[in-house]
Order: sequence, then structure tokens, then C-alpha cells
Amino acid sequence: MNSKNPLTLAGLETVYDALAASIDRAGVDKSELLLVKLALLAAREIGDEALFTRLIEMAQQNL
Amino acid sequence: MHQPEAQPRHSIYYDYQVHPAWLPPAGAPAMHEPVVIVGAGPVGLCAALLLARMGQRCLVLESELQVSEGSRAIVFTRRSMEILQQAGVDARITEQGLPWRFGNSFYRGQQVFRMEAPHTEDERFHPMINLQQQYLEEYLLDAVQAEPLIELRWGNRVEALRSFDHQAELTVDTPGGDYTLNCDWLVAADGARSVVRSQLDLKLEGASYEGRFVIADIRIDLPLPTERLAFFDPEWNPGNTVLMHREPHGIWRIDYQLPAGESPEQALQPASLKARIDAQLQQIGHGHLPWEMDWCSVYSARALTLPDYRHQRVLFIGDAGHMLPIFGVRGANTGFQDAQGLAWRLALVARGLAPEGLLDSYSQERVGAAREIIDEAGKSTRFMTPPSRGFRLLRDAVLSLSLSEDFVRPLYHWRTSRPHAYRDSALNSPQDDSARFQGGPGPGEPPLNVRLGEGDFLLDHLQNGFELLYFTDEPALPPGLSAALAQARREGLPLRVTAVGPEQTVADADQTLADVDGQVRRRYGVAAPGAAYLLRPDQHVCARWTRFDVARFNTALNNALARPGVAA
Repeated sequence: MNSKNPLTLAGLETVYDALAASIDRAGVDKSELLLVKLALLAAREIGDEALFTRLIEMAQQNL
Repeated sequence: MHQPEAQPRHSIYYDYQVHPAWLPPAGAPAMHEPVVIVGAGPVGLCAALLLARMGQRCLVLESELQVSEGSRAIVFTRRSMEILQQAGVDARITEQGLPWRFGNSFYRGQQVFRMEAPHTEDERFHPMINLQQQYLEEYLLDAVQAEPLIELRWGNRVEALRSFDHQAELTVDTPGGDYTLNCDWLVAADGARSVVRSQLDLKLEGASYEGRFVIADIRIDLPLPTERLAFFDPEWNPGNTVLMHREPHGIWRIDYQLPAGESPEQALQPASLKARIDAQLQQIGHGHLPWEMDWCSVYSARALTLPDYRHQRVLFIGDAGHMLPIFGVRGANTGFQDAQGLAWRLALVARGLAPEGLLDSYSQERVGAAREIIDEAGKSTRFMTPPSRGFRLLRDAVLSLSLSEDFVRPLYHWRTSRPHAYRDSALNSPQDDSARFQGGPGPGEPPLNVRLGEGDFLLDHLQNGFELLYFTDEPALPPGLSAALAQARREGLPLRVTAVGPEQTVADADQTLADVDGQVRRRYGVAAPGAAYLLRPDQHVCARWTRFDVARFNTALNNALARPGVAA
């Protein structure tokens, strides 16, 4: 799953904080909707349904 | 004793006529008919007319004494109109119906998607036309009455179907008692609650969806064009979907989804209907306008089909064979294609011109079409009425994203009914030159219409048999083709040759169409003279050649008649 521009540790930390803050802002009622919208936007950027399906499978593990 | 409703149904715009029931003569022996059609809905009547156009007589049994209650099917596609043109009723529908080609989807007051169905000057018919089913049935009935090969018996309800292997044996109940009727072929066109299907104990396969819709027809003077309107998650009906269609005679169809857990009885309470229709009119800014209810009903989306439309001597068409979601106007429009696909085959088999096996290709083609529709309609239905929490979340995410992002907007477009292409049909000739064509309809595909002049189109010139379109610039047909035509006529096969190209009449051709500006050749991908298309009686292509020759033509014709053993 290496992308052309691997996420640095600092970058990952930025995503971590931004996502957490966004979920809190959305609130309990809307955070799921927020995450699904985010997933669809990410799917558009990835542009590869096979890769996206593998990412879903990875996320499904160890819930 | 069968007692059909004898009072005219109520309607604020349609004047119902109650027909007298047909009663069996006392002490008459068992009757025998070559073809019996059960059900005088649009699909059964269309099949009867197409059978008659092929020279086959038939008897139609209808359990009621009048046409459909309420407007029911209101949107008819271009392909349905082409089929109804073959049945001879297109002109009246065109005259009375409301044509359209745009659909609009709204979310939070914003138009988030606009569907535009393609339309060019080569088309005689609009992509869609709206007309209440009562009128369509009335026009079909008038055509049936003018057709000496069709007998229609009102008030005749099939009670029992006993044998069906060599012939079908029916008990038919009437207000004057029951009688026995035998037939060589039985066509079940008796709708979603088919008696014939239940008599044979056949099960539909597929899925039923939870979402229920109220369908209500109201008379109201709305200043809006004939376009389909869809409202997702409106304020008055959160999470659900509302659809609106304009009908002739000042009527609007409003479909709205019921809140989960509400019963049809609750939903059809007058007070509930009034409050919700008022809320929807308020939503579109016309809450102050007066309106009057005509008819309402509750609908639930199902995507089901029989796995086989032929059971020895019994053949299924329309809702008797499948139940398809209304999103995408797939009910009647699929049924007309069934009727067309069956009628020519059954006429040829009943008249002894083709073997019974030809009917199996009907089932293969149309079950295949139903399964494809079920697959597509399932996607639309999962968007319109999400069946689970996951689907609802995704649908809601798409609604939300669509306010700002283009890429999700095409998901609003539920694929509309279109003619099925029988690309894998056993009737397609394996020995044609299809791969060498640069365009035009391939094997199994429906024909393309072409404008020939003012109010004059290619499909207007086709009749109800096999049609060979022969592209030429010669003054006569090749001698071998004339001989093959003469042979087909001796056998009684309906086959005509249309010469396309020259301005002067081509000798021995049934008709010559001057293709002055070359538009027929362009639409059919014909690069040089000597090319030809063989169209089945339902107008679908079964073979095409860049260089016509009689031997391959004979092979293709026999293949399309399911008689490959017959020597050319």
C-alpha cells in the first residue's frame, strides 16, 4: 500500500488531530455521516476501486 | 359464480364504460381455441394485436368489465411507442399524451441533478410520454374491436388450469356460470397476482424491498412543465423520497414514501393523505392552490422474476412473469417488450411455420432482460429506499456531498427502461459480417429509426414480419434473392425486402426507400452498396452483412426461425 508520497509521521499526526477534532465538531448524530462523506471523497482521490475495496477489508479487521 | 364489479369505477377525469359480460351458451360442448390470452391489460391487448397482425387469431379473457382502476402505468418509453406503432395505436397516444425528456432531483431546496434523455430529429417518438393507463387500454380496446382475428370476453375469470403439456384445459367462470375451454397455447398476461402462475404453483425469484410508496393522483393547476421531479429527504418527510409526474387532463401524480412502520391502511386515511399532499405542495411553493383527489394506492418495490416464461403450453408476459420496481418506468414498458417478443414467435409456431423450440428463445431472451433490469433496478431502489443502515448512511452521504461535489451527482440517475439488446440470442446468425460494420445496430439490438422526410421515418415503413433492408444502387435485386423471396412466400413466411438507396424503384423489392442524403446508410454503418440487415418481426437485428449473399441469408433466416436443420 505504498503511495507515491508516503505519509510522514508528522503528516499522520496532523491527520489524526484534524479527524478527531472534526468528529467532535460533527457530534454524535452526524459523525458517522461525516466519516462516510470523507470515505467517498478519499475514494475519488484514490481513483482505484480495487485498492479502495482492499482498504475496506483492512479496516474491517480486528474491530 | 364470478361477480365482477358492474358499477363504473369512480374518476374525476375518466368516464368508465362497463361492458356486458360474455356468457357461455347453455349446454355448449367444450370449446377449443388455438391461442388464449388471459388478461386484457395493456400487455395482453398488445400481444393480441401483434398476434393478429401476424395472421394468428386469439381469444382474450378478462375477468373485469371495465378498464384499469386508476392511472397506474403513466410513463411510456420511446421503444414502447415503437411497439405500439406495430400494434397500430401510437397515433392516439401521441395525440393525447404529454411528451418529456428531463428529470430533476432536489435536495434541501437545491437542484442537484438534471437528467436529459437524448432526442434527435431521427426519432419519431419522444424518450417518454405520459398518459393514464385507462386511455391506453381504451385505445388498445378500440383497435382490438376493429380486428376480426381477436375475440374479447369481458367478465370471464380463469378458475382452474388443469393440464398444460399438450394443450391447456381451463375452467372459466362467468356471471352466467362456468365453462370448459381448451387451447393449444395459453398466454398468461394476468398481472402481478396471476391466477395462471398460482395454478401452476410457480414461484417468483428475487428480492422484495421494505420501502412503501403512496401513489396519489390529484387534479391541480400547477404552472410546471412536463418533467419528472424527485425530492430527497424533504423537510416534511425526513429521510424519504417524493416523486411527481404530470399527466394529461390537469392531473399530477405524487408518489411519496411512507415512514418506516406505517401500514398502508394508515397511509391511505384521507386526513393523512391530505396533510402530506398539502405539505408537498407547500414544499414546491404551491401550497395555496386548490386540489382534488382522483385515486390513490400503496406500492412496494419488488424485483422478482420467474426463472422460465415457458411451461410447455403456457407462456408468461408482463407482470404475470415478473414484478419490477417502478423507478425507471419498468413495469408496462418491460411488458410491451415481452408481448412483442412472444407474439411473432407464437404466431409462427401456431401457424406451423416454425418449430415449438422457437418459443424457448423467447423465454431465454426475456428472462435475461428481466434479470438485467432487476440488477439495475436494485441499484436505483437501494438509493431511493435504502434497505439497511449502511445503505442509508451511504445514500445520505451522497445527498450531502451532492450539494457541493459533482462526482456523486450521477448516482441520482436511476437508469430508465430501455430496449434490451439480445446480444447472446440463439437466433443471431453466427455467420454474419457484424464485426466489419463501423456503426449501426449489431445482432440482437433493436433497430435505429431514421427521419426520411417530413413526418416520415424508417420504422413507419416496416411491417410485422421479417424485413430485409438491402442497401443497393442497382435497379434490381440480385437474382438469387428474388428466388429466395419467392420460396419464402410459397411457404407462407412473412418476409419483405426493402431496397434502400436509389431514387428509382428497385425491381422485385417490396418497397424502395430513397436514401437521398445517405442518413439511413450512416445510421446503419453501411459503407458500400451490397450490404444488408435482416430484422426479425420484432425489429431486432438477427444478421447483417457488408456483402449480402443468398446462402448466408437462408442460413440466418432458418436460424432465426429455430429450424437450423432445414436446408437452404
